[in-house]
Amino acid sequence: MKVGAIARNTFKEAMRDRVLYLLFFFAAVGIVASRLLAVLTVGDRVKIIKDVGLASVSLFGVLMAILMGTGLVYKEIDKKTIFTLLSKPIHRAQFLLGKFLGLVLTLFIMTVLMSLIFLGLLYAHTFRVEWSMLLAIVFMLLEFCLITAVAILFSTFSTPILSSIFSLAFYLIGHLSWGLEILIRKMRPGLSRTLAQALYLFLPDLENFNFKTEVVHALPIPPKMFAGSAAYGVFYTLFILILAMLVFRKKDFI
Amino acid sequence: MEKNTAEFMNDAIRIEDLRKSFSLGFFLKKKEILKGISLSVKEGEIFGYLGPNGAGKTTTIKCILGLIFPDGGAIEIFGQPHLAHRVKNHVGFLPENPYFYDYLTAREFLNYYGELFLLPRGERIDKTDSLLDLVGLGKAADLQLRKFSRGMLQRIGLAQALINDPKLVILDEPLGGLDPLGRKEIRDIIIRFKEEGKTVFLSSHILQDIEMICDRVAIIVGGRIVNQGYLHELISEKIFFTEIILSGLEDGELEDLGEKYSVQGGKVFLRVLDESKVARILALVHERNARIHSLIPRTETLEDIFVDTVKHK
Repeated sequence: MKVGAIARNTFKEAMRDRVLYLLFFFAAVGIVASRLLAVLTVGDRVKIIKDVGLASVSLFGVLMAILMGTGLVYKEIDKKTIFTLLSKPIHRAQFLLGKFLGLVLTLFIMTVLMSLIFLGLLYAHTFRVEWSMLLAIVFMLLEFCLITAVAILFSTFSTPILSSIFSLAFYLIGHLSWGLEILIRKMRPGLSRTLAQALYLFLPDLENFNFKTEVVHALPIPPKMFAGSAAYGVFYTLFILILAMLVFRKKDFI
Repeated sequence: MEKNTAEFMNDAIRIEDLRKSFSLGFFLKKKEILKGISLSVKEGEIFGYLGPNGAGKTTTIKCILGLIFPDGGAIEIFGQPHLAHRVKNHVGFLPENPYFYDYLTAREFLNYYGELFLLPRGERIDKTDSLLDLVGLGKAADLQLRKFSRGMLQRIGLAQALINDPKLVILDEPLGGLDPLGRKEIRDIIIRFKEEGKTVFLSSHILQDIEMICDRVAIIVGGRIVNQGYLHELISEKIFFTEIILSGLEDGELEDLGEKYSVQGGKVFLRVLDESKVARILALVHERNARIHSLIPRTETLEDIFVDTVKHK
């Protein structure tokens, strides 16, 4: 499998990158620090640990996705390793897909490690394994995949710093766009409302992947919502990947 | 007509009227790099692609490999479209100033590229070992590429180009940045390719290398092929003049035989234009028991042609 070979090599590259471990270190610090915050809080300490712990996993996972995703494709172009790679019988789409899958594998491993620390810390407090937390984490992973695809898309045509800024902007917009939905509900029908609706359709809504509150407060979640969020993640990621492949297809490597 | 088809069958690379221009910014006007390149490389030969820096050598090579999409023209490899995977399976490529994944060891790197050709595991291991030996990196097999010197990178680059046992090897400045010993080793390897029946397309701006190993050459200047053909056709065997260094003869005796242009430590440097006069000088030297220190007939070199063509443009 050519895609598999590229994915394995990407995984190897990511796992030998120091930035990844630096981020992992801070994620671990963030998760453990939730214990300190809990001490300072009046009320349900376990909830604070859950809240801050999940937020740490989410934040550092996204940072890993952005920093790795924008760096790895660009590096192949910048260091010209892509010259020998693409002179071999490989489609450019296979190259991007391999990169994407390698990064997803890296993020999966990192998320598993972060979750172990998080669940371990929780266990020390409640003496129970809180499986329900995994639900929120699985959807975070879907979000990481989407952010990785976005980072790869940007890095096919711009530098790592710009791509990182664009990807970060995508992430922030994605988490704030639900405000637009509320606005639409309050608007009267008309041109501006239609425009706002079109904009909302175009913008990503990453709150779809956010089940932190529900999980922490043990609120019921309708299964339809899961399915909807999962489908949203898969299709949005595929859409972005196809976009990246289209940009990459006719690119000249000077 | 029949002859034409036979020739066509024997072409490893065939390029017709290749054009490419780049715009280097939104508002800058386009710069034409390749202005209609046509050339053909025959199967089994070493073909030299010669030109000054910036002439379009690397751009041509990237077009052949599908790294750059030309604006116009046609490229065929072994009579097939150049981007087809069944063609690329038989092509090896060494880029100019190669740089590879610095976090991989030499062995991991070759194994990775072997996987891209879907070679089975056993074959990959054998191939990796034999290639590392071929390019003299057997001892560095488990060293990370970040610790490789410039010359070692060139060697591992050559090894990766051979991982699929290609029928056509494309080398962009393969001897650039190497010391004399390294150059000789790489040259020997390239000559061995030919013995194995591989076709070699190599670019260079270093004339001696091409003159030493190539069968045919094309000279590209400013995006156009200005000369193409067999080396022995391009370079005439005609002797321009003969340079003789001798001692033990009187000045007067040499006067009408040649142009004396230097005298150093009793040795006389003569430039003789007429070949019959060379024989007369030799007879005279024999008669007087004088000494010949050196006798060099100066024929046309690739460098002369090259300088000539570049000047004309």
